[in-house]
Amino acid sequence: MKRRDFLKLTTATAAGGLTGAHIRPSRAQSRKDTLLIVSENGPNNLDVMGVGTNLQGSEASWNTYDRLMTYGVKKDANGNDHYDSDKFQPELAESWDLGDMSVTFKLRKDAKFHDGAAVTAKDVKWSLDRAVTVGGVPTFQMAAGSMQKPEQFVVVDDHTFRIDFLRKDRLTLPDLAVPTIGIFNSGLAKQHATDKDPWAMEWLKNNEAGSGAYQIEKWTPGQELVYRRFDEWKSGSLPKIQRVIWRMVPSPSNRRALIERGDADVSFDLPPKDVSELAEEKKLKVVGTPIDNCIVYIDMNVKTPPFDKLKVRQAIAYAIPYQKIMDAAMFGRGVPMFGGPAEVSAPVWPQPTPYVTDLAKAKQLLAEAGLADGFETTLSFDLGIAVTNEPICVLVQESLAQIGIKVALSKIPGANWRAELAKKTLPMVVNLFGGWLLTPEYFFFWNYHGQNSLFNTMSYQNPAMDKLINAARFEEDPQKYKEEIEGFISLAFADVPRIPLFDPFLDVAMQNNVTGYQYWFHRRLDYRPLAKT
Amino acid sequence: MLVVRRLGTALPSVAGVIVVTFLLTRALPGDPAVYFAGIAATQEAVEQIRHQMGFDRSLPAQFLDYLGQLAHGDLGTSLTTGQPVLSELLTRLPASAELGLTALCLSVAIAVPLGVAAATRPGSLVDHACRIITTAGVSLPTFFTGLLLVYLFYYLAGWAPAPLGRLDVFSTAPPRWSGFYLIDSLVAHDLDAFRASLAQLILPVATLAIFSLAPLARITRAAMLAALGSEFVRTARASGLPRRRIVFVYAFRNAVLPVITTLGIVCSFLIGGSVLVEKVFAWPGIGSYAVEAMIASDYASVQGFVLMMALLYVLLNLCIDIVYGLVDPRVRLEA
Repeated sequence: MKRRDFLKLTTATAAGGLTGAHIRPSRAQSRKDTLLIVSENGPNNLDVMGVGTNLQGSEASWNTYDRLMTYGVKKDANGNDHYDSDKFQPELAESWDLGDMSVTFKLRKDAKFHDGAAVTAKDVKWSLDRAVTVGGVPTFQMAAGSMQKPEQFVVVDDHTFRIDFLRKDRLTLPDLAVPTIGIFNSGLAKQHATDKDPWAMEWLKNNEAGSGAYQIEKWTPGQELVYRRFDEWKSGSLPKIQRVIWRMVPSPSNRRALIERGDADVSFDLPPKDVSELAEEKKLKVVGTPIDNCIVYIDMNVKTPPFDKLKVRQAIAYAIPYQKIMDAAMFGRGVPMFGGPAEVSAPVWPQPTPYVTDLAKAKQLLAEAGLADGFETTLSFDLGIAVTNEPICVLVQESLAQIGIKVALSKIPGANWRAELAKKTLPMVVNLFGGWLLTPEYFFFWNYHGQNSLFNTMSYQNPAMDKLINAARFEEDPQKYKEEIEGFISLAFADVPRIPLFDPFLDVAMQNNVTGYQYWFHRRLDYRPLAKT
Repeated sequence: MLVVRRLGTALPSVAGVIVVTFLLTRALPGDPAVYFAGIAATQEAVEQIRHQMGFDRSLPAQFLDYLGQLAHGDLGTSLTTGQPVLSELLTRLPASAELGLTALCLSVAIAVPLGVAAATRPGSLVDHACRIITTAGVSLPTFFTGLLLVYLFYYLAGWAPAPLGRLDVFSTAPPRWSGFYLIDSLVAHDLDAFRASLAQLILPVATLAIFSLAPLARITRAAMLAALGSEFVRTARASGLPRRRIVFVYAFRNAVLPVITTLGIVCSFLIGGSVLVEKVFAWPGIGSYAVEAMIASDYASVQGFVLMMALLYVLLNLCIDIVYGLVDPRVRLEA
């Protein structure tokens, strides 16, 4: 560049910059086919089977990979689209034949990976073998559906694939439709495999090898993920949106400003206060769906006195300011899980407990337990979700002070949270658990079972409870199944080591011209049905 | 000579930084293995990940490993983003530097004349204005100023572009040459990109400038007052030198040393410490990277960040020393 040109250029642009701060982009032509999503965090790994892949990674995988089958869609109570856990739909498999101890899939013959290679049964086997072999979350997820050994996966011919069952498990088929079990392009992946890394974990971290409706155009970790539609996608009707741009915007107030100004199309992870205000203003479309099989709760460690006494736990359950929490901490963005009927009468989970706020009764129970003067304890919470956790804890602290219990609050940083939970020494915690698979026994197996998993923060071990949960997992008689489920729920409410508070909403705010939003159990966005009108 | 000697004295501090960051990151609360094992991990899965990451080995062994990697220019791999730390820092550093340096230029352009004006007319309107601006500048937290500016100029007025980082969604980044979008877009003759990146810069730069002009203006004012009250200025005045010459040649040149020192401190703060501003404007800089790494106990990234910042400080101090020598002959003579 010549000096004179440079000077002209710089003065011209400086003048352009100075004359108006309103240098807003005016490239609106591609807006209609492009969807701009903003959320707090993005994926840390494009490989859903990778080590430590986060939930955002599932979203990337869900839209770029296909699975053998997927769930159907139904309308929920509010008329919003909601996935249907009772109905399976073909994705890479056109049809399947469920036998007594095996299931045989017929694969679509026209399905292609993004590089043009045909999807064959070999790829399916490679992917499922990978899931049961690499360890960590995918292996565990497969085991939840009783898929544990590569020998279970059989290639019959190029387009026929069979899974042999180890045992009858009602979760085997549902498990094949979760994000963890996407089908990889084995030919492409193997080119990048090494002796040390036979499953190409390193390469697939940053590269995608799927056959899904979208392919990745550009990924800048922590900043942006850009997708382009895969026009030869055959596993469903071709999506309307041609390009999806997912930007990470850490500040919640800016995410709100972006969607209110109309610059972003969809905003995820907004705090409940913002969502409730946006919903009231009615300028935008706000969809809140109670998260399936999920509750926010307060746990008391039954191995730590005085929480070993049932009456103390009951006293606390009567001293929680339930409605205040719903109003002042959650701004109504959740389904209350308190004030239910005295008897459990339906095999559904979550369902409201019989407890309500009753300070007189709480005081009396505490006196009966020999602690009329109260005691001191600590309530811990995860700073990672302090937006809702902190007000909840402060409200609980205030309320328990009225029955003489002095509560100190302990804020634990997100990275430290699981490690602290694993020690099982925290006397009281506020936490959340949500299961991808819907059955109540799945929730109870992780939370109330005597195997004492990480999520059994209350260290609750009761042989009667274990017996009911174990029986329900493999029960085939519907009547008995119902009784077992109601049995363990009643027991959980009576012994009350855990106090359920509410089922939180998954909230999404979007522009009015965005249609086709569906709620999915993985709590992330499915781009394929979305459109802009 | 001076440069070589100064570099020599910097070596022990770099070595110290390497040891201390290694030990401090190991002392961070939190267990990265548990964090990365995921929600439903079993104890074996956690142990397996611990082994993969090498955290089951003794501290001295881990440290030797780390030194070996450093010698090869390998800062390790970030656990949160899965990318090599070095390349991430190098792509993010220009973003922070562009933001910080632009803000620095703006605040120097305002603060120094303001400080000089305030010192030459103590008690005047300019002096009071200087005092108010500096007090406001230091007392308003940057995230607050940032959010306020976003609210006023983006949300209400609609003048500023969406706070979405270095470029709006529909612009493409210019081909990388320096990593500074303003420069790269000019090199590539891409005026659209230049305008877009300049527009994105305005609010965060203003936020940082408001914060950083306070110390600069105060120091300029104080140093100028001291210089103007000194004996050589009195002599100059008595000799009947023109006022302009007294202020700018004799007083200002002597007052500029503390200003340069402050400039160095402010500059390093602007590059490495503008975490909150980066968060507010979704700016992909190194500050927000370091904080995210810290939250996840991501050792490699934190170590890489601290090491890079230490090197930057050493370089910056070196530059300041050299500038000192240029401004003040005494420094050269002592050396």
